Amino acid sequence: MSQAASTATAAAGQSLVEVRDLRTWFELRQWGFMRLGSVKAVDGVSFALQRGESVAFVGESGCGKSSLARTLLGLHQPTEGDVVFEGQSMARLGRRAMRDYRARVGYVQQDPFGALPPFLDVRRILAEPLKVHGIGRSERERRIRAVLEEVRLSPADDYLRKFPHMLSGGQQQRVVIARALILEPSLLIADEPVSMLDASVRVEILNLLRGIQQRRELTLAFITHDLSTVRHFADRIFVMYAGRIVETAAVQELLDHPQHPYTQALLAALADPDPDNALDLREVPGGEAPSLLNPPPGCRFHPRCPKHMPGVCDIEDPPDFEPRPGHLSACLLHR
Amino acid sequence: MAVPLLSVENLRLNYHTRQGLVQAVAGVDFEIRHREALVVLGESGCGKSSLAKALMRTLPRNAGEPQGRVLLEGEDIMALDEERFRREVRWLRMALVMQASMNALNPVVKVGEQVAEPLRVLRGWSGGRARERAAEVFDLVGVSTDFLNRYPFELSGGMRQRVVLAMALVTDPQLIILDEPTSALDVLTQASIMNVLKRIKREQGTSFILITHDVATSSELADRVALMYAGQIVETSSAAEFFREPAHPYAQMLMDSVPRLRQDTRPTHIPGQPPSLLDPPSGCRFADRCPSRFDRCERDPGAFRKGDRRRVRCWLHAGGSQLS
Ligand SMILES: Nc1ncnc2c1ncn2[C@@H]1O[C@H](COP(=O)(O)OP(=O)(O)OP(=O)(O)O)[C@@H](O)[C@H]1O
Ligand SMILES: Nc1ncnc2c1ncn2[C@@H]1O[C@H](COP(=O)(O)OP(=O)(O)OP(=O)(O)O)[C@@H](O)[C@H]1O
Ligand code: SF4
Ligand code: SF4
Ligand SMILES: [Mg+2]
Ligand SMILES: [Mg+2]
Repeated sequence: MSQAASTATAAAGQSLVEVRDLRTWFELRQWGFMRLGSVKAVDGVSFALQRGESVAFVGESGCGKSSLARTLLGLHQPTEGDVVFEGQSMARLGRRAMRDYRARVGYVQQDPFGALPPFLDVRRILAEPLKVHGIGRSERERRIRAVLEEVRLSPADDYLRKFPHMLSGGQQQRVVIARALILEPSLLIADEPVSMLDASVRVEILNLLRGIQQRRELTLAFITHDLSTVRHFADRIFVMYAGRIVETAAVQELLDHPQHPYTQALLAALADPDPDNALDLREVPGGEAPSLLNPPPGCRFHPRCPKHMPGVCDIEDPPDFEPRPGHLSACLLHR
Repeated sequence: MAVPLLSVENLRLNYHTRQGLVQAVAGVDFEIRHREALVVLGESGCGKSSLAKALMRTLPRNAGEPQGRVLLEGEDIMALDEERFRREVRWLRMALVMQASMNALNPVVKVGEQVAEPLRVLRGWSGGRARERAAEVFDLVGVSTDFLNRYPFELSGGMRQRVVLAMALVTDPQLIILDEPTSALDVLTQASIMNVLKRIKREQGTSFILITHDVATSSELADRVALMYAGQIVETSSAAEFFREPAHPYAQMLMDSVPRLRQDTRPTHIPGQPPSLLDPPSGCRFADRCPSRFDRCERDPGAFRKGDRRRVRCWLHAGGSQLS
């Protein structure tokens, strides 16, 4: 997502993160040496996040959400493009500066059950990042207790000496969130923070995250494939498809007036609980998400798009259009 | 009145563990009529998969003998010995698509062969005839017949889920039990698999038990809903009753916890946790978390009848007639 997004940002000035034409490709080899090509997991993505906003990245499995998150965290080297955080280009950070950067960005990784080391108790899990950053013993203890309170694992004494296996899934996820918050980051990236949890616990964790984000005035980027939760927990949505951002708008605007045919298909496929759902078939585009090794030419959605214009969409790569104020969509129909 | 397709009475299943007896299915009753889809809802660990396994008798080694009666078109299939159950019931009349089974396909056998296998083994069909039928069901579930000769790793998750579904359909059973068939899949894949199920139900007249914790998706297929909590069914209703006016306090709170795309009301969570199945409370199992609880709730409410086929396990509905 390109010019439109970055000009909009330049005007706003004060963004926390700016991502410019970012590409993260993974080289694919067979038997360790034969190059088969590159998996273009993130392939030309630009956006800016403002301080204190909550945004959601939504898209189907394999569209590059986690790769984008991990690139923002500095865990993957971008193939091209740059991430600018608080005015500093990440490409130019040295090792030390990189360590400080990671302290400014909290990360709740996908798969909470693998996220916690099984042999450490809650106190040690939370103390570890503080030690790495040279924070003294009594300050550590103070912060650990405060953060446990914040994620509502209280009284803290009931939890400090528990090991992960003694906690329920929802409690484990709170510990993961506490760990991500303990260095007081200004950006929190939560990758599918609730997809492994039960519906009733999901809402609880999302409410918790939303509350913390608002109280601390954090920027929260949460990644999900579940559009139905987004409405209640984010201010803005980015819809991703095959390594690209295809549509961006404020939540209500996007849900009420989806512009991109892919977003329209996603929304049409989603049910709210209703006995009448059983009466009719749902409209679903055929096919599957494309390979990121050889994405389709032109618009990446064209092989599945019900509005596909032959001779146009399969040739031209759609840039961003602004069909409604502040609402960006990368589809040639808007031309 | 016509004999129901399946009628389950006081079904129980325990697991033996070092900590003691886990009462995973603790006296469950329900029935399914021909061409009906029953959705079994409930949060993780409430006993949904155990219920499916008890019905199909595909139990892990530490499980006790299932107790109770299971009547398939009036015949008590719990009374059958394992050999007859295998030859006459399992796969042929009742098939189960297990939770996560799309990851359990045999990696070294072509998917077409795997789908044809039940016909060769149980019906004694020739390879050619079985493969022809496999091609038919591939069509039905929306997988190109070119895929018959592929191996599981060559297929996407959505395609593998369709293959597993094809395997359950190949013997044309009257009842298919699906345990979380779409929870690992993307929205669009999920919707298209739900479409396949709807079409099969309409065109083949198959009955379904759909097990899931996804309330929204479950409404795509449900004629009826059974809600489980801590090993028991706490409400059985028609889909219209359940999704519009749930009766049990747990059902009401569960419905309020579902995030909705098209409504402004913010979802709310259910405080607390379900009880341990090692030592469940003797009264109402939801009492700890129930905002409506009162003194009577210290005793087990049992199921009350509300209307023709609706059952609610809660003292607030004691106006109805007591069943058990
Ligand atoms: N380290 C890696 N090396 C090679 N390929 C990778 C790597 N990480 C991700 N990929 C590939 O990049 C693509 C995007 O993966 P990614 O994990 O970012 O998707 P996602 O949107 O997070 O999916 P999900 O919803 O399943 O988590 C996939 O094709 C994936 O196989
Ligand atoms: N083989 C086993 N041995 C001991 N306990 C078991 C066994 N299998 C399941 N359980 C326990 O029995 C209870 C019911 O488990 P079951 O798998 O039926 O739940 P479920 O409703 O299917 O959950 P989920 O939604 O997570 O799949 C749980 O408390 C579980 O821990
Ligand atoms: S550019 Fe063409 S193919 Fe792509 S979404 Fe728009 S109409 Fe569909
Ligand atoms: S029986 Fe009592 S505690 Fe149980 S659900 Fe009904 S009102 Fe609540
Ligand atoms: Mg991911
Ligand atoms: Mg289960």
